[in-house]
Amino acid sequence: MIEIRWHGRGGQGVVTASYLLARAVLSEGKYAQHFPEFGPERRGAPVVSYTRIDEEPIEIHSGIYEPDIVVVIDPTLLFNVETVLRGLKKGGSIVVNSPSPKQELMDEAGRREAKVYYVDAYRIAMDVFKRALYNTPMLGALIKASGLVKLDSALKAVRERFGGEVAERNVEAIKRAFEEVKLA
Amino acid sequence: MSGVKEVYKMPESAFQGRATWKELPIGGVIPEPATSLRYKTGNWRALRPVLNEKKCIRCLMCWVYCPEPAIERLEGDRIRINYDYCKGCGICSSICPVKAITMVEEGA
Amino acid sequence: MSGNKVLGLSGNEAVAYAIKQANVDVIAAYPITPQTIIVERLSEYVNNGELNAAFIPVESEHSAISTCVGASLTGARVFTATSSQGLALMHEILHIAASLRAPIVMAIANRALSAPINIHCDHSDIMNARDTGWIIMFAENVQEAYDLVLQAFKIAESHEVLLPVAVNLDGFILSHSLEGVNVLDDDEVSKFLPKRQPIYPVDFEKPVTYGPLALPDYFFEIKRQQAEAMEGAKPVIERVGIEYGKLSNREYKPIKAFGMEDAEVAVVALGSSVGTLRAVARRFRKKGRKIGVLGLTLFRPFPREELIKYLEGVKVLIILDRAISYGSSGGPLYLEIAGVLYRSGLRPIVLNVIYGLGGRDLRPSDVEAIYEEGFKCAERGRAERELLWVGVRE
Repeated sequence: MIEIRWHGRGGQGVVTASYLLARAVLSEGKYAQHFPEFGPERRGAPVVSYTRIDEEPIEIHSGIYEPDIVVVIDPTLLFNVETVLRGLKKGGSIVVNSPSPKQELMDEAGRREAKVYYVDAYRIAMDVFKRALYNTPMLGALIKASGLVKLDSALKAVRERFGGEVAERNVEAIKRAFEEVKLA
Repeated sequence: MSGVKEVYKMPESAFQGRATWKELPIGGVIPEPATSLRYKTGNWRALRPVLNEKKCIRCLMCWVYCPEPAIERLEGDRIRINYDYCKGCGICSSICPVKAITMVEEGA
Repeated sequence: MSGNKVLGLSGNEAVAYAIKQANVDVIAAYPITPQTIIVERLSEYVNNGELNAAFIPVESEHSAISTCVGASLTGARVFTATSSQGLALMHEILHIAASLRAPIVMAIANRALSAPINIHCDHSDIMNARDTGWIIMFAENVQEAYDLVLQAFKIAESHEVLLPVAVNLDGFILSHSLEGVNVLDDDEVSKFLPKRQPIYPVDFEKPVTYGPLALPDYFFEIKRQQAEAMEGAKPVIERVGIEYGKLSNREYKPIKAFGMEDAEVAVVALGSSVGTLRAVARRFRKKGRKIGVLGLTLFRPFPREELIKYLEGVKVLIILDRAISYGSSGGPLYLEIAGVLYRSGLRPIVLNVIYGLGGRDLRPSDVEAIYEEGFKCAERGRAERELLWVGVRE
């Protein structure tokens, strides 16, 4: 079982990213669970969402405390490295929205023997949406970094969820992040 | 109890106050109309309304107001008091504009 | 057999989808977190013509359930949904619905009762309604929420039952979690749930009286009849579970048992925690530790005989309660099972765990600690403490 924790801020589509990943996994005949962490829904407040993926049916319904992968959608959350990396499994992965990961993150990741993947989702979002919408680019980066689902499955999930022009822009953003994500 | 029967008749025992839970229709449903006709309340009476036909002006106010309704409307808007159901409340006597109905002690 | 169509749905969406397929006639509901999405989806289905039902907006849950009672008595297929304070506000009418033998299906996205105000999961809402005369079922995951709602209509409307059914799904944990759900085809559901055949529909040719006064001369008989109806529901619930299994390949039983063939320590619970308990139990089993898990799908009527069958040979029984019965000797599920055990003559060591109030998560590490405590008791042959508060800061 692979457990993923997504960090972002209210209004950035954190929950949608996790939702789309789960839908993509399900479409490949595997098992998935997606659940947001609930609290007062306030734009700008830190938000966490979770995805579980397995080849077997998923029975557990607890929160995720030791994720295999952490995705940080909002770059400002990286100022608090401790919080976003809490519980990350040894040898796990971190996917961050950054043109180049900061030394502090690299040091902390090193202590956890974690791999750091990075993509400049800000640039992609501004090019594609002309707005700071990071969620789907970060989904593209995660898919490439983890190989959890095929790119096409994610694109299909996006087209089912949005449709029309909105879907196609998101498809473009996912594809670009998929190509541009790098291992630090 | 397996299966609820579709019955449209109250069991006879119910009218005698001895129906068991197995005999009663479900949920207290009374599956036929006008079963209250079987429930004679005339013996609740302490005072009995007595009609003076000569005073009666056929206005039918008693017929309208009787809560039971134990006043029967006859031909020519004459009335008859049905003592099987009349509980002796006295509303007919109070409402009568010509005092044609008097309440007298039951058994007197 | 079903065409194996898998949809990614949240618990609330799965319930709404099932209700659409069940072709209900009347929906009367008031939105409340975390049930809201059920009502929203249903209003969309009705609005866009996917569901031909009367959607009756009401000003409170009291009116919602009152509307449902009236609609059910006329012979309609009826659905409502609520949570927490909403269920509490329905309380007096819950009794009336069951006593008038009005089949209604209600989904409850379980949420803590105030105060303090909280929107997250526990079972205080449904436990507060456990003696209202409703059949009460619990879903472990989103799939079960979908499956149980469909079965609930079949059970409720059966002429051998004619009682309302509450299907519980843990608030947020299931109501807002997306999982893959195997859905039936619409026509399979229509065959499984043909149009309701009421016994006393509104019919001017055959007038009847609903809900008359019953004084000491008849009240007791009607209550005795209602108690018997609940017992009579058991074989129907089992039959419907088997029939649904043939249709979907997912057979339902009042109790789901894991590892009970040789369990020394057994744990029993309701709702989404059952899956977490089983996941941890699998790890214990791999290490050769004899743990068993009993998940109750059915809470009312309580599956007494079935439960006892599993408990022969169990040294320690751990009962998990996600609610408190203040001032009593344990949680509601504990009290229930303690009574059953006493009658059966079985005397395992019994531990009662109170956990998860107001959405406090039951972590796998909590479950491990609970199991270890169980094995310790089995070894010692006695319990140090019979009531354990798990997950609370002491």
